[in-house]
Amino acid sequence: MDWVVFGVSAAVVLVGALGVVTSRNPVHAALSLVGTLFGIAILFVAQRADFLAVVQVIVYAGAIVVLFLFVIMLLGVDQAENLEVDPLVGQRPAAVGLGLAGLACLLLPIAFGKWEWLSGQPSVVGPAHTGTDPNVTRLARALFARYLLPFEATSVLLVIAVIGAVVLARRPLGSERLDETVREEP
Amino acid sequence: MPGAWYLTLASILFVVGAVGLLVRRNVLVMFMCVELMLNAVNLTFVTFARMLDDIGGQIVVFFVLVVAAAEVVVGLGIIVAIFRRRAGATADDISLLKG
Repeated sequence: MDWVVFGVSAAVVLVGALGVVTSRNPVHAALSLVGTLFGIAILFVAQRADFLAVVQVIVYAGAIVVLFLFVIMLLGVDQAENLEVDPLVGQRPAAVGLGLAGLACLLLPIAFGKWEWLSGQPSVVGPAHTGTDPNVTRLARALFARYLLPFEATSVLLVIAVIGAVVLARRPLGSERLDETVREEP
Repeated sequence: MPGAWYLTLASILFVVGAVGLLVRRNVLVMFMCVELMLNAVNLTFVTFARMLDDIGGQIVVFFVLVVAAAEVVVGLGIIVAIFRRRAGATADDISLLKG
């Protein structure tokens, strides 16, 4: 059963990822991204990270992709991109070669089973699964005790992001929109 | 279910995102590729949280989600500001800082 869940969601994740990279239309890329994010959420559930799976669906698939689609529709950039044009000669083969080399480097420790190369020595904050507490309880206990300061710092980060978005999206002072002045004239 | 398969999948997903970031020219699609890479890293963290039985990995994923949300908000704000000045901008058109 584990293998079936993993196989199906891994296929969904990879097909979605390849769809993001290869689809010419940005709207199709965004919809492929939804598939990838759902597949990742299933893999989170399979590894008993229930809270993160729910947050993944709500925040990523619910908010971020909708924001992407909103910007695509707002700007009207949903026309297809010509993938044949290569503005920098030889850049695409170089990118693919670099990617394959990086993949080889990443898979080498997994193939040899040397987890220490990737993870370092385990330092236990608190047990993730052993015991009887549910996942959310453990997460909350670690988040609001040991990681309280980073948690508060994220609130500052979110405020900065909101202010930055407002400043960036604000209309420059003294420049009225053309369509509004036209509408007032008759 | 051994964790090696999850880590392999996360590696492949990360590389697909990185190659997409290098290959694509549309700034919005490049942004989506960054999200793919972030998700690959999230999957790695959750896998290690399970393998090492350490809730710290899931805490890191929580913070990565918050930072990704903030990053998308600011990044899309920048993209909207760029598109307001010029229509149909790809990453090649935004080369004012080129020497």
